[in-house]
Amino acid sequence: MQEQVAFYVAREQKPALPPPPSEYGLLATVRKNLFATPFDAVLTIALSIFCVWAAWNIIEWALLSGVFVGSDRQACLAGEGGPVGACWAFVSAKLGQFMYGLYPLDERWRVDLALLLLVILGAGLAIPAVPYKRLNAVLLLIVYPFVALVLLTGGRFTISGSWIALLFIVAAFLSIIFASGNPGVSPKLIRVATWLVALAFLLLILANVVTGGRMVLLTFRFSPLALLSFLTALASTGASVLAAVRAGAKQNGVLLRVLLPPFVVAMLIVLLAGDFGLRPVPTNLWGGLMLTLVVALTGIAASLPLGILLALGRRSSMPAVRLFSVVFIEFWRGVPLITVLFMSTFMIPLFLPVGVTFNQLLRALIGVALFSAAYMAEVVRGGLQAVPKGQYEGAMALGLGYWQMMRLVIMPQALKLVIPGIVNTFIGMFKDTSLVYIIGLADLLGTVRRGFSDPNWITPTTAATGLVFAAFIYWLFCFSMSRYSIFMERRLHTGHRR
Amino acid sequence: MAPMADQMTAEAASISEPRVTLMRDPRVRGLIIQIVMIIAILAFAAWLINNTVQNLAQAKIASGFGFLSSRAGFDIAQLPIDYSSNSTYGRALLVGLTNTVIVAGSGIALATIIGFIIGVGRLSRNYLVRGLSTVYVETFRNIPPLLVILFWYFGVLSVLPLPRQAVELPFGTYLSNRGLQMPAARFDPVAIWTLVAFLIGIAGALVLARLNRLRQMRTGERRSLLWPNLGLILGLPLAVFVVSGLPVTFEFPEATRFNLVGGWQVKPEFLALFLALSFYTAAFIAEIVRAGILAVSWGQTEAAYALGLTRGATLRLVVVPQAFRVIIPPLTSQYLNLTKNSSLGLAVGYPELVAVGSTVLNQTGQSVEVVAIWMVVYLGLSVVTSAFMNWFNARVALVER
Repeated sequence: MQEQVAFYVAREQKPALPPPPSEYGLLATVRKNLFATPFDAVLTIALSIFCVWAAWNIIEWALLSGVFVGSDRQACLAGEGGPVGACWAFVSAKLGQFMYGLYPLDERWRVDLALLLLVILGAGLAIPAVPYKRLNAVLLLIVYPFVALVLLTGGRFTISGSWIALLFIVAAFLSIIFASGNPGVSPKLIRVATWLVALAFLLLILANVVTGGRMVLLTFRFSPLALLSFLTALASTGASVLAAVRAGAKQNGVLLRVLLPPFVVAMLIVLLAGDFGLRPVPTNLWGGLMLTLVVALTGIAASLPLGILLALGRRSSMPAVRLFSVVFIEFWRGVPLITVLFMSTFMIPLFLPVGVTFNQLLRALIGVALFSAAYMAEVVRGGLQAVPKGQYEGAMALGLGYWQMMRLVIMPQALKLVIPGIVNTFIGMFKDTSLVYIIGLADLLGTVRRGFSDPNWITPTTAATGLVFAAFIYWLFCFSMSRYSIFMERRLHTGHRR
Repeated sequence: MAPMADQMTAEAASISEPRVTLMRDPRVRGLIIQIVMIIAILAFAAWLINNTVQNLAQAKIASGFGFLSSRAGFDIAQLPIDYSSNSTYGRALLVGLTNTVIVAGSGIALATIIGFIIGVGRLSRNYLVRGLSTVYVETFRNIPPLLVILFWYFGVLSVLPLPRQAVELPFGTYLSNRGLQMPAARFDPVAIWTLVAFLIGIAGALVLARLNRLRQMRTGERRSLLWPNLGLILGLPLAVFVVSGLPVTFEFPEATRFNLVGGWQVKPEFLALFLALSFYTAAFIAEIVRAGILAVSWGQTEAAYALGLTRGATLRLVVVPQAFRVIIPPLTSQYLNLTKNSSLGLAVGYPELVAVGSTVLNQTGQSVEVVAIWMVVYLGLSVVTSAFMNWFNARVALVER
């Protein structure tokens, strides 16, 4: 059978023809993106009219007929010049309150300083190019909260002997963890240290049951059993240190790490109990954006570790732990935050022993932290489930224990996967802090709300202006958080890109 | 050979008989941890209960739900069911619950509509539509809902003119700082037949859809059901309505000297809460819808085009059914969020469950009981909503073979 043979074969690439004129250039772009179909055209025209109308109204309200100077409501009332727009004079008059609440005027530098430290440390952690990430994280997460606490409240807390004993027990426990598992460290001494810590803990529990006797050691008041517990904890730390020293000169880093927890605890106690000449500012004077940040950051800081623990609990193989986590998570997720806040306001005082009281802010913080931990737990669980089973099996095959597996293999992958979810929870929490105003705290929204009920400033536009201002601040925080999360997501997207 | 064999058996014996301490055995350790945890939780709970009992005894508050049947003595502004200040606390809480359900239900409806429009708009080819939808989403997602509620209430509705100078809208509707006054439709008893006709129409449409599907299975031909359905669902009731002699009278609001009288009034508290919750939640629903549509792979659309389906048919028959599977679970949680956020009505005085409950709480001091009622009701609402949505989800879920 004869094949048809082509007589013409192209030897080289032909030059491309230009696209038809209807397909490129400004006109084509406009046509394709705005007037593709008759319906599109109608939509475009209607929406552009709406845009112009809205933009004009906003500009007119905010700028053209806005009032920028004035000392009271007279400035913002409609006069002969027609209706008045935004009352920015109100915002500038109340700005101090919106930012600091009733915090004493000449102590506000403390808030500024705390915020400045937060920004510096936070930026150091957030910007990828800045070195010393680990040191920075330790400073921000462990040291900064206490510094900020002392700065904002004025410090000089009275710490009871049992608290000191408890802190040193925790320190001793951390020392044991740091010391054990290193080559050359004698297991016998570690065992001694462990038993001593357990003994100290038991003594501390006993100290809370058996009361009697008071001893004073360096201005701190101890009951005899608490003092004994404290000394036992110190002895345990001593054993760990001895073990680290015996391990030899090569293990210098180990010695340093073993010494770190007791040192940090000691510094902490000095910081909290010390007198730095700061005037005490009770929390009922806190308010404005500062209070919003305090509540939001506490919620964020508490929710992440709690949420991780709950998520691990929910995926645990131990039925009691799993059941507890499920009930806890589903309970908090099923009820509105406002009822949680009411609960913490009205029920925490009932739950505490007679005579013990928590202040309003602390109660709200407890409510917010528990509530957000439940949401965070579900986000983290999503990440844990998304890590392939092979990763768990691989980690186990390497002989890693449960916590090592979680810390070194699973968590880094799981948390990376759910960064958007975590940031979403943070954003939700930041917005939810506005609810504390309903239970009587003066956060940003609360101060604005109080501000526009001030008889000096009651005008038809005050409320709208104040709320738009507050909305802008909330928007700024939430929007930048979401942008940062997108940036981090791209940065951490190592591999597996489909 | 013999000593070596002995050695091996010895080794085997030492392997089969683990020489680990009890604490190193995962099962034993798990058991111990759980027992310790249970004891700790029980001890903590006992401590809390003990403290609570002591505190209540000191404050001389009798615990129990007996207070629910005593006289409430306060008025509620919005009454969907009968209530007066002589009614009981239990009745007051029931009014609150009804108001919660009303605002949550209407909010969900509006939020879904706005959310779907905006969500589809974010994927539009039209630059303006896309841009405006994005601005909407990014604005409302990043502002606290409580602030939006306050804005509607104090910033917009409170500064509207007095009823005397109320803004007149079409269809005899007035907008003033007392809310929205709409004409009320009063139906005669005969109008029940219209409702019956409507229900018959829906049933007929369902039967028709089933027949059509069977026919498509048999012949492969698909017929448009738009006109028969419209006729059944709208035409039939309309015809019955006209035949039975238009059994409806409209009551229009009238402006008197100080107020607007008559008609159907929507209070500003409800309006503020309803609008704020819908607008806020719509931003989230829009993102869910967008993600759902994007989750359907482009290959599905291309395959549908290759089969010769039109653009509309592709959307309706291929993309949307698949997108719905992705959309429904997060949509459920948004509905639940809206229901829970309706508790923010407290801030503007909309008498929903939490607002009424906090009044009861302040009057009686029965904080434990009132908080327990709140928790039970909201957990119950959550369970009901998610059960319904799970059922719906199971219906539309992909049947994997």
